[in-house]
Amino acid sequence: MAQEVMTRSTTPALRKPLTDSGARRQQLLGRTLLYTIAIVASILFMMPFAWTVFSSLKSPSELYMFPPSWLPTTPRFANYAEVFDVSPFGRWLWNSVIVAGLATFGAVLSAALTGYSFARFRYPGRDLIFLLTLGTLMLPAEVTLIPLYLLFNKAGWLDSYRPLIVPSFFGGGAFLIFMMRQFFLTLPRDLDEAARIDGAGYLRIFWQIILPLSIPALVTAAIITFIGEWNSFLFPYIILNTKEKFTIGIGIKYFQTIASNIDSIEPRENLLMAAGMMMTAPILVLFFAAQRYFVQGIAMSGIKG
Amino acid sequence: MTVTTPTARRGLGLRGREAVAGYLFLLPWLIGLLCFVIGPMVASGYFSFAKYDIVNTPEFVGLKNYQDIFTKDRLFWTSLKLTFRYAIIVVPLSLIGSLAAAMLLNQALKGTTLFRTFFFLPHLTPVAASAVLWAWMFNPDVGPINYFIRNNLGIENAPGWFRDPQWAMSGLIIMAMWGAIGGNTMLIFLAGLQGVPQELYEAASIDGAGIWTKFRNVTIPLLTPTIFFNMVLGIIGALRVFTAAFVATAGGPAYATWFYSLHIYTRAFKYFEMGYASALAWILFFIMFVFTFIQFRASRRWVYYAGEVNE
Repeated sequence: MAQEVMTRSTTPALRKPLTDSGARRQQLLGRTLLYTIAIVASILFMMPFAWTVFSSLKSPSELYMFPPSWLPTTPRFANYAEVFDVSPFGRWLWNSVIVAGLATFGAVLSAALTGYSFARFRYPGRDLIFLLTLGTLMLPAEVTLIPLYLLFNKAGWLDSYRPLIVPSFFGGGAFLIFMMRQFFLTLPRDLDEAARIDGAGYLRIFWQIILPLSIPALVTAAIITFIGEWNSFLFPYIILNTKEKFTIGIGIKYFQTIASNIDSIEPRENLLMAAGMMMTAPILVLFFAAQRYFVQGIAMSGIKG
Repeated sequence: MTVTTPTARRGLGLRGREAVAGYLFLLPWLIGLLCFVIGPMVASGYFSFAKYDIVNTPEFVGLKNYQDIFTKDRLFWTSLKLTFRYAIIVVPLSLIGSLAAAMLLNQALKGTTLFRTFFFLPHLTPVAASAVLWAWMFNPDVGPINYFIRNNLGIENAPGWFRDPQWAMSGLIIMAMWGAIGGNTMLIFLAGLQGVPQELYEAASIDGAGIWTKFRNVTIPLLTPTIFFNMVLGIIGALRVFTAAFVATAGGPAYATWFYSLHIYTRAFKYFEMGYASALAWILFFIMFVFTFIQFRASRRWVYYAGEVNE
């Protein structure tokens, strides 16, 4: 249904038959103007990407050429390979895949459990805990950042992936929980009741009936979480120290210092841009693969929130 | 719910079993809430009244941290001022820009999906990557932006952007706009626009309303809940700005982009003044709380919920 809402956009005013040619001309002019704005805006939004891609294919000597040229004379795809030579970029990508993947898995699974508890069960204190959960949305991460760092320091978990992964398995955060709860509320209760009468336990109902029906919501939650984890910067930055253990977000910051290193003989912004593109590309691919879920999920969060 | 089912026979009643199962499903989050949210919050509250350098045990110092912040810490005031300035510019601009973009996408143009994707991709770009990318775009000597300014606008004295204290903030604002206008805010506005009943526009047309009147008296009132939602989130996000400045300018040059979160970060993880930094974090929380509270209070005057009247 939401899908239908997202694509329907013809305004009735436009469908109204036009009476005289003056109005028609005005209408045409209006449309042309709208297309022009849309195209110019698209170009403006895409230009930094274009500049990045073209820069990533330039040779070092072309980077500081004046006047600057958009296109490289011959595209140097070898720049992309060189990124892996001058830094453990492959490691960083892999680390990010593992960390973001596990954190996403834990967050979505435990948020589904929690959301199901809030949506379906009646027990004392439920609404209070739910309210408290929503209250944590207000809490800025800055407040818990320092004590969490100290906690993981005490636990001896610094410079490991545990602080980035383990907390995700304990609820996945208020936003995901809320999203899952709202989704479960839309599923008819009769499903659970019927299964219960057939003798199925609560966990089995959740696992075999509710979860399979929730795949769209789970996918949406997973994509939003994965992108958030992939892009996260500050927390991994304070937790991880060893260069080989970096995730891609901090890797790019490290790469930035290599690229601007005065000791290097030639400019390396081409490599930096290649690294930036490689950090962004997986997110773009994911977005294109699951655009429908993604757009819906964001839109729903706004309407129901 | 007093119907007896086979499961209710043993020990606990149906209600009791349901409650136990409910708590069991909730358990992971209860642990998470205590260990990773409430516990740390309480600890942070305590640290804010203590001197704590990680190596030695925290030493209670009363209000000293807060006192020092307000009376001795000049960078605190600098960072507060800069963060507010950033938010005051970024929040309205990105709201207006997102609404305009959403309205454009709501005009049934051919290729709307493609336009939507073009607008949205910058938002997907990781902030760390976009900071690196814009630093290169804004390169004063060979960047395309200054080339355009010199060559096409004919202004010889082009700004130094991230290398110039006078222009670094503007650079970060432009970068934030690039990522924000076509982002989640726009998608939420788009969904909101599509929820406006078409009959209202038709009725307004019959009454002779022009485009502007329809926008002013139909679109805007019905969008107020969406505007409110986006504004609350926008202000919170803007006050927390960190990564963009940390990667692109590192708070400089000459502290021109020393945002509040950078100040917290520096005190905590460069100087290891955990107590002091915790106090800074609580002040930020307090500011955000006050802003959100004021907005909720004020919202009663201007936010219109259609459901309230109909139901």
